[in-house]
Formats: sequence, structure tokens, C-alpha cells
Amino acid sequence: MLELIGTHYSYFAYVALVGIGLYAVIESSNLVKKLIGLNIFQVGIFLFFITGGYITGGVPPRVAEGGGPYVSPLPQVLILTAIVVGVSLTAVGLALIVRIYEEYGTLDEKVLSEAQINE
Amino acid sequence: MSETLALLVALPVLTALVPVVLGRIWQRAGWTVAFVGTVLHLALVVQLARAIRVEGTVSYAVGNFAPPIGIELVGDWISATLVGLVSIITLIVLIFERDRNDSSDAFYSELLLLTAGLSGIFVTGDLFNLYVFLEITGLATYALVATNPSPRAAVASLKYLLVGTIGASLYLLGVGYLYISTGTLNMADLSQQLAEVGYTSPLILTGFVLIMIGLGVKTALFPLHTWQPDAYTESSDSVTVHIAALVSTAAAYAIFRVTFAVFTPSFASAVPVALDALTIAALLSIILGSVFAIMQTNLKRMLAYSSVSQFGLVIVGVSVINETALVGSLVHLVGHAVMKAGLFIAIGGLSIVAGGYELEDMRGIAQRAPILSAGFAVLAFALVGVPPAVGFVGKWNIVLGAINSGDWIVAVVVVTSTLLTLAYFARVIERMYFNSPINIDQTAATDGGQARPSVPFQTRALVSILAFASVSFGLVAIQFIAAITPIVGGYLT
Repeated sequence: MLELIGTHYSYFAYVALVGIGLYAVIESSNLVKKLIGLNIFQVGIFLFFITGGYITGGVPPRVAEGGGPYVSPLPQVLILTAIVVGVSLTAVGLALIVRIYEEYGTLDEKVLSEAQINE
Repeated sequence: MSETLALLVALPVLTALVPVVLGRIWQRAGWTVAFVGTVLHLALVVQLARAIRVEGTVSYAVGNFAPPIGIELVGDWISATLVGLVSIITLIVLIFERDRNDSSDAFYSELLLLTAGLSGIFVTGDLFNLYVFLEITGLATYALVATNPSPRAAVASLKYLLVGTIGASLYLLGVGYLYISTGTLNMADLSQQLAEVGYTSPLILTGFVLIMIGLGVKTALFPLHTWQPDAYTESSDSVTVHIAALVSTAAAYAIFRVTFAVFTPSFASAVPVALDALTIAALLSIILGSVFAIMQTNLKRMLAYSSVSQFGLVIVGVSVINETALVGSLVHLVGHAVMKAGLFIAIGGLSIVAGGYELEDMRGIAQRAPILSAGFAVLAFALVGVPPAVGFVGKWNIVLGAINSGDWIVAVVVVTSTLLTLAYFARVIERMYFNSPINIDQTAATDGGQARPSVPFQTRALVSILAFASVSFGLVAIQFIAAITPIVGGYLT
């Protein structure tokens, strides 16, 4: 088991990040913390992709220079795209949170649902 | 090779930039630009249909990188029909929006971005590309829901953003599992590689489960539907029409594509429990969606829960893995979009006359708004599945397919759902036609005989056209079925 953790620690980190992120989204009642949780959750998935394409001792795939083994570049490109998507989502989410705060004067989910019932 | 496929996505993206730029110098640029862009989009769909008629299934390698290494776009009769549906519904929304014209230019940019994202989902042949289009669709939808100035819309939009992003991320994670076990992302290539790796590999099973949970969130299947009723109810009427008709439809199409083009029916026979689980989720959606719909008093919310139930029907047609059921499911996918668009437009128009979206507001409304009420009734009965409307053709084929493959429970649930659908529509139609308007005299007295707010002509025209379409599509559905049966048959052999 220890050996597994030693060689596959990034996978353990991926599972931990995804778990922590989801927990934060579900358990935290502060909207900003929920969005932070969402980001941690996504970073976990990014780590999973990057780890999947990595080889210990691998070099960047510049084939003309010779030498190998190469690290797979495709997951890195995919995750670059996914990071852009994640940034846009965070921006839209934060814009919505600003608007909610202006309207209701709170960032707490429980206070917010009470305010909506009393409207 | 067909560049039309790439243009179907590129054109709306580029057009989306124009209203933002032009808006500085010309105030009402948004509507005109969006309308012209959507008409061009429809012209591209016609071009695509012509190419498909000559060459059969067309494909396009993005950036000239040959698939499976590059991204592939694929067009067949199913995707062409659905992209056509996207342009037509967008045109309808624009015409419906015209007379309410209080939207900013950014609204039209978002609408065009949504059109681009939806078109992308329908034509892509690559799993990661599908993720990107799902997120473009999602981002545009969150922004559109929030364009309604009410504070509740912002909360509904944020809820949708949190749930929708987790769904899309789980989909991405599932794609990662498939990529790690096969090294490819192209759908056609994956279907062969998956068979070589072996369908019972834990990586592939995990990938399937994660992808289906992710797409289930986007389709709003029970119990992943929690974002959907708020988003539909709190959006402005024109946004509700667009997202109710198209967004879940695109996700349901993605479930169909992934099940048949990537995992193929051999996966279903190797791991029957995976598809059985999907069937159970879909059956729960059908029953509970209808039950929740019966419990609602707000009509927009009722129609939202009705969508949960109807998408259960579409998914069950996919998950029983039977040619007839799959054809029925695709017919219902298109039919539902037409009928739901019509129903939401009718409710939007009726709310102007009635002054609200509540069930009790609709008492005796048929006397005051006869065309809208009649249109609503026709569309409601079409969705219930009264022959010869399109709702009947879809449900009939799903039931027939389920019986053919021996899934009696599915057949019984689908038939029962028809009765439940009738139950929630019957109480609306009863209020409309058989209850006398109790408040009208009081209102007239207190308002001092103020003129009644009038429903714009376009709204009445659109409801009439869509009501007519929902019945006549049922009659021409045979041609659509004839066009898609060879494609469906190709997946099943």
C-alpha cells in the first residue's frame, strides 16, 4: 500500500481534490466558497488528465531533437482548453454572486432561501 | 468533406460578436443581426441536407488533421434534422421576442452563442469536442437565464451553473477514463478500440457511469433534475422557450450518440446492468416528473416538470436498445421540442391576458384569448399522445419497441405516463374552458374599465403555426422515420 502511494501519489491527490471540492460545494453555505469548491473539484480532474499522459523520466515531445520516451502532449492541450472553460465559468459565477449580493445583501445560502420565501 | 459542418458552428460564433460591436453606434442592432445570422444558419442547414442527399453521411476534418487524430465533424440525417430544429426554434424565439423588445444587444449575442454550442453538439464526432460544446451551451444558457431582471433569476442561474458545471466536469472525467484506456477521443475510433480493450474493464465501466451521470444532469433526468424547474420558471418567457425546446434536447442527443456510436449495442449485451440502470433512471423520471407536474400550481413550473418526464421517455427509448424504440425516441426528441416551444409561447401570451402564471389565473381564459387557448389545448393533447399528432408517433414506437424486446415494465410505464400527462393538462384545460372567470367583473370595476392588455399578433401566429405543426408532423413523420431508419439500423448491426 505504501509503495502504491509512493508511485501513484498524483492519483491519490486527484481523488482527494475531487472529494474536497465536491464536499465544499455541497456543505458550504457561502456562495463564494461553493464556487471555490467547484474550482478545486475541476483542478482535481485536470490533475487526473495530466497524470494520465505523464511518463517518469519522459521529455517534451520535440521529435526532431531525438531521444525519448516522450510525455503525451494531448492531455495537456485538452486541459489547457478545460482551464479556459473553467475560468469563464468562474467569471460568470462571480458576476452572478455580485448581483445576488446587491439584490439580497447576503452571500449565505440559508439566509438567501429565507429571503426568497418572505418576498 | 463538407465545410458546411464547420460553418454551422463558426457562423453563429462570429455573428455573436457583431451586436456587441455594433451596439455602440446603432441601438437596436442586436435583433436584426441575430435574425440575419439565424436565417444564414438555416441556409447552411439546407446546404448540408443537399450534401447528405448526394453523398450520404458527410464528415469534415477540422484543421485538415485526419481523424482519428484530428477532430471530426459528422453530419447525417439525424444531426441535420436537429440542427435545422435549432435554427427554426431560434427564429421562432426571435419573432416571439420582437414585440417584447426590451432586451439588450448582449442578449442576442448570448442567443447566437447558444445556437453555436447546440449546433456543435449535434455535429461533433469527438468526445472532448462534445465537452467544449456542452460548456459553450451551458455558459450561454446561464447568462440567458440571468438576463431576466428579477433577483430570483440570478439565484436560479447560479444554481444551474453549480449543478451544470459539476455535471459537465463528471462527463469530462468519464472521457478521461476512456482516453486513458484507449488513447483516442474520436467516437468512431473509440467504438472499435473499446471492443478491443474489453467492455468489462473497470476503467471503461467507470467512464460509462461518469459520462451518463454528467449528461443526465444536463438532460435533467430524475434525480439530477433539481436545477431545471427553477431555471425554466425564473427565465423570461422567450429564454424559457429556447432552453426548454433545445438545451435538454442536445444533452439527450448526446446520450443517444454516446450509447450507440461510442459504446455500441455490443457493450449493452456485454454489460446489461449498465443500460438497465439508465432505464430505471429514465422510468423514475417519467413517473416522478409527471407526479411533480400534477402537484404544481405555477404553469411554467408544471411544464418544466413535464419536460423531466418527457426526457425520461426519450432516454428510455435509447436504453432499451431496440430499433423501433430508438426511432420513436428520436421522433419524440424532435416532436417534444416543437410542442414544448409552442406550449411555453402560449403560456407567455396567456399570462399577458391573465396577469399571471398561476393555474387559477386561467379560469375562463378561453373567452378572452380563444386562439391562444385553442393552440394550448391542441399542443397539450399532442404531447399527451392523441393520434395523429407527433407525440403519438413517438410514444407508439417506443411502446412497440419495448414490447418487441420484451421490456413489459417499460411499455406499461410509458402508457401510464400518457394518463399522467393527461392529468396535469386536463386541469389547465378545464380551468380554461369550463370554469367561469370569477374575477373579471371585479377587476373591470376596480380598474375603471381600463383597456385589457392585448397579446401581440406574432404570439398568436406562432402558437397557431406550432399547433398546426405538432399535428401535421405526425402525418409526415413516416418520411423522417424512413430517412433515419438506415442510420439507426447501421448502429444496431
